[in-house]
Amino acid sequence: MTDRGQTLSLLKKTLGLSADADQTEIFFWANDSHLTRFANNYIHQNVSEKNASLSIRVILGKKIGSASTNLLDPKSIQNTVAKAIQIARNQRDNPHFESLPSAEGKYASVNTFDAETASVTPDQRAKIARKVIEVAKKGHLTASGALSTGVVQVGVVNSLGIQVCQSFSRGALRIVFQASDGASGYAESFSTKVRQIDPEEMAHQAAEKCAQGAHPVDLPPGQYTVVLEPYAVGNMLEFLAYLGFGALAMQEGRSFMCGKLGQKITGQSITIWDDGGSPQGMPLPFDFEGIPKQPITLLENGIAQAVVYDSYTAGREEGKVSTGHALPAPNTFGPVPLNLFMKNGNSGLREMIESTERGIYVTRFHYTNPLEPIKAVITGMTRDGTFLIENGQIKKGVRNLRFTQSILEALSNVSLISQDTRLVSGLDDELGGTVVPALKIEKFNFTGATAAV
Amino acid sequence: MRDLTDLALNLAKLKGASYADVRIVNQKQESLEVKNGSPEQIKYSESLGFGVRVIINGAWGFASSSRLEKEEIERVTQLAIRIARASATAKIADVVLSPLQPVQANYKTPFVQDPFDVSIVQKLDLLLKAEALLRKEQQVKVARGSMTTWKEEKSFASTEGSFIQQQILHCGAGVMATAVRDGDVQVRSYPNSFRGNFASSGYEFIESLQLAQNAERVASEAVQLLSADHCPSEVTTVIIDGSQLALQVHESCGHPIELDRVFGTEASYAGTSFLTTDKLGNFKYGSPIVNIVADAITEGGLGTFGFDDEGVPAQSVQIVKDGIFVGYLTSRETAARLGITSGGAMRADGWNRIPLIRMINVSLEPGDWRFEDMIADTDEGLYLETNKSWSIDEKRLNFQFGTEIAWEIKGGKQGKMLKSPTYTSITPQFWGSCDAIANRNYWKMWGTPNCGKGEPMQVMHTGHGASPARFRNIQVGVMK
Repeated sequence: MTDRGQTLSLLKKTLGLSADADQTEIFFWANDSHLTRFANNYIHQNVSEKNASLSIRVILGKKIGSASTNLLDPKSIQNTVAKAIQIARNQRDNPHFESLPSAEGKYASVNTFDAETASVTPDQRAKIARKVIEVAKKGHLTASGALSTGVVQVGVVNSLGIQVCQSFSRGALRIVFQASDGASGYAESFSTKVRQIDPEEMAHQAAEKCAQGAHPVDLPPGQYTVVLEPYAVGNMLEFLAYLGFGALAMQEGRSFMCGKLGQKITGQSITIWDDGGSPQGMPLPFDFEGIPKQPITLLENGIAQAVVYDSYTAGREEGKVSTGHALPAPNTFGPVPLNLFMKNGNSGLREMIESTERGIYVTRFHYTNPLEPIKAVITGMTRDGTFLIENGQIKKGVRNLRFTQSILEALSNVSLISQDTRLVSGLDDELGGTVVPALKIEKFNFTGATAAV
Repeated sequence: MRDLTDLALNLAKLKGASYADVRIVNQKQESLEVKNGSPEQIKYSESLGFGVRVIINGAWGFASSSRLEKEEIERVTQLAIRIARASATAKIADVVLSPLQPVQANYKTPFVQDPFDVSIVQKLDLLLKAEALLRKEQQVKVARGSMTTWKEEKSFASTEGSFIQQQILHCGAGVMATAVRDGDVQVRSYPNSFRGNFASSGYEFIESLQLAQNAERVASEAVQLLSADHCPSEVTTVIIDGSQLALQVHESCGHPIELDRVFGTEASYAGTSFLTTDKLGNFKYGSPIVNIVADAITEGGLGTFGFDDEGVPAQSVQIVKDGIFVGYLTSRETAARLGITSGGAMRADGWNRIPLIRMINVSLEPGDWRFEDMIADTDEGLYLETNKSWSIDEKRLNFQFGTEIAWEIKGGKQGKMLKSPTYTSITPQFWGSCDAIANRNYWKMWGTPNCGKGEPMQVMHTGHGASPARFRNIQVGVMK
C-alpha cells in the first residue's frame, strides 16, 4: 500500500488535470486483501487481490460527469479525467445539485491501521484455519468459514479544499460448524487488529451450538418470544439503515421515518445512533466525499430523531448540511449510516433464557430481504443455532424457521436488553460495523419452516 | 498478450505447479440513470488486471493484481504459489481436474450496435422520454429510468495449452414508477424490477424493450395499487408470470444445482443444497411437465459465452427431465468427483476473483398451453407479476417471494388488482404442483445481473428463460 503522502500527491496531481471543470472531486480506493476459505475441514479457496482505482467527478455548472479507472499511469488518468468532462458536457442539468462539499469540520482522530494485520502471510492464515479445523475434527464436526486480512486505503480530494486519506486494516473470521445430525453453529469476529480474534474460542462457541442443537426438531410457525443474539439484532439494524435512515429515502417518501420525526416508532428502551469516530466500533472518521462524520442520534428512547445526509441530499433541503454519510459518488442510493450503535440494557443472555417460559433462541438470520419497506417488514430464515427455550432452559435444537416481521414492531416489543454488546458486520463488508446488544422480544412472527427432504 | 500469459505459466511450471491458468481481463461499464426528469448519474468505469490460479502439492492458490506489468506478473505468480503451498498444509485430498481438450479459440458476443458507440445524448433521450411518461400520473412521486452496459475482454491461458480470447457484451434498461399516498408506497417496473431486463446483445436489445410504449401502463398500475385490496391469506392456485418465474428458477433450481454448494464448499456463506448426489437421477424435483436446462449457448442469455473461465466450451446440460432431477452445474474439479466432464459453469466476475460454479442460462422449458387458456381454465386463484422481494433458506427449500402486483382470477377470468402479494412454499412441493406451462410463444429469456455468491463476494450475470406457469395449492398472503 502506498503511503498517505504519495496517495495525496497522486490525487492532487489528478485534480490539476481538470482545469476545465467548475468543480472536481477525486476519490481513491486501494486494497491489498487476502482471504483463506475452508470447508469440509480443509482449505479449498485461498486468494489475494491488489487493486487501486481513481473515481473522478467533475461539475460543469449543474452538469455532473463521473469516470473511474484502475489504470494509474499518467495517460490513462488523463483519459479518465477527459472522459468525465466529456460525460458532463453531454449531460443535462441536475437542478437538485448545489455544490461539492467544502473543507469544514474536524476529523475524529482514530487509529484504524495495524501493520501486523495488513501483512499477515498465507502461512499465518493457514495456521489459524487449521486451529479452527482441529476443534471441529475433535468434535466430529465439519468446519467451514473464511479468514480475511488486509488493508483498504481511502482518499478524497476536491477543488474546494477537501483533502483526506486514511488506511484501514481489518481481520475477520467467520465460522460455521455442522454436525451430521443437522445441527450447526456460528461464530464471527472482526477487528482492526487480527490478533484480537481468538479462533479457538470462536471454534468452541460454534461447536457448543452444535452440541446444544443436536437432533433438531420441527417447530410449528407462529408467534413466539425470541432471544436474539447480536448477530441477528445487527441484521435488523442493517435493514433499518438500508430502508430508512438515509435522507434520500425520506425525500422520496419511501422511508419508515417519513412524517414520523419526533414521534414514537419503537419501544422506549430503544436508542440507535451512528458514530464513525467511536473506537468501540470500526471507526470511519470521514465519508466518501471526505466530510467528517458527525455522530447522529437516529432514534432516542423510541422516538425518531433524524436521518443522515450527504452533500447532495443536504442541498435539496433548506438549512441542512451533510452529516458525513455519503457513499462513493455517483450513487443513486443516497447516504447511509455505516457505524450504527444500539444502546445496551442491564440484562444478559442467561437472564433472557431463564425468564422465558417458551420461546425460540436465534443465533443469526439468513437471506433477509425487505417485503414492505415503508413498514420495515422483512423476511428471512434463522440459521446456525436455533433452539427451543422451555421453562427457562435451552431444551433442543429447532429446524430453521422463516420469520416475516416488521422490525419496528419487533423493537416495540423488546422486554430485555443485554448489557454486553458485540461488534457485528454492517452494510459494508470492508469498512464500518454495527455494535449491538442481544434482545429478548415478545410476539415475534415466524411464518414458515424449512423441511427435511 | 500471449507473452504475458506465458510469463505467468512458465514461472508457475518452473516452481512446481501441476496446473496453472491465468486470466487477463479488461472490463468497461457505463451506467445511466434518470430520476424525476433529471439525470441522476452517468458513470463510466474501467478495470484491468490479471489473476493467476495454480495447483501446487495438490492444493489451490490464487493471486491477482491490477498492474499488468512483467515484474508484477512474476510477483503475483510467486504469491499464488506461496498461497497454494499454505493451502496444502490443510488439505484432505489432492485436487483432481476432469479431462479437458486444450483449445485455441476466439469468441465474441454477436451484436449489431455497440452501446458504447451510441452517444450519451441519444441514450439519455431514450430514458428521459420514457421516464417523463411515468410522471403523467400525479401520484407517482419517484420516476426512474436506467440503462447499463458491460463489456468484458478477457484472455485465458493454461498450462494444458489452451489460449482463448473472448469479448462479452451485456446491456439492458428499465423504468420504475413509485406511487406514494397516505403512508402507502407501491412500485411498478417495466420490463422487470431491479433495473429492467438485460441480455448479451447490443443497443438493438435496449431499443427493442419499448420502454416508452410501456411506461404509462406501469405508472397507472402503480397508482391503482394504492387503492387496491391487500392480497388475501389463503391456499390457492397461482399463475406466475415469466419474469418472476425466472427468479423462482434462479433461486430454487439454479442455486441448489451448483455442485460446489452440494459438496459443502459454500456452507459458511450462501449455504448448501438439498439436491445431494444420492438424488441424482431419481429424485422427483417437479411434476412430469417440468423440464429445466442449463446452457451457455442460447443467443441473448446473460449466461451465454464461448468458454467458461476454466476454458471449458459452452454447452447445454439437462437439469430436470420430466420432473426428475438429472444434472448439475459443474466445474472441472467437482465433475471429476462424479466421474464426468465439466459442464462449463465456472465463472469469475473479474480479474481479481477465482472462478466459481455459477449459473449460466438456467431455464424452464416451455409447455404447450396458451396463457389465455391457462387463465380461462382456472376457477379461482391469483395471477402474480414482477418480483418485489425474495428469500430462501440455506438448503434452498423454504422460499418466500413477493411480487409487485397480483390479479384475482375468478371463473376463468382475470379480475381485480391486489397489492403486496406474497407466496411461500417448499421447493419440490412447489414444482411438484405445477400443472400448466405456457408455450414457446410466451417464453422469454430474462437477465439477472445481480447474483451474489462467494467470499469475497462475486456478482454474476445469469440468464433464465421462462414462460408463465400454474401451480396448485400454494400459500399466498403471508402475514395478512
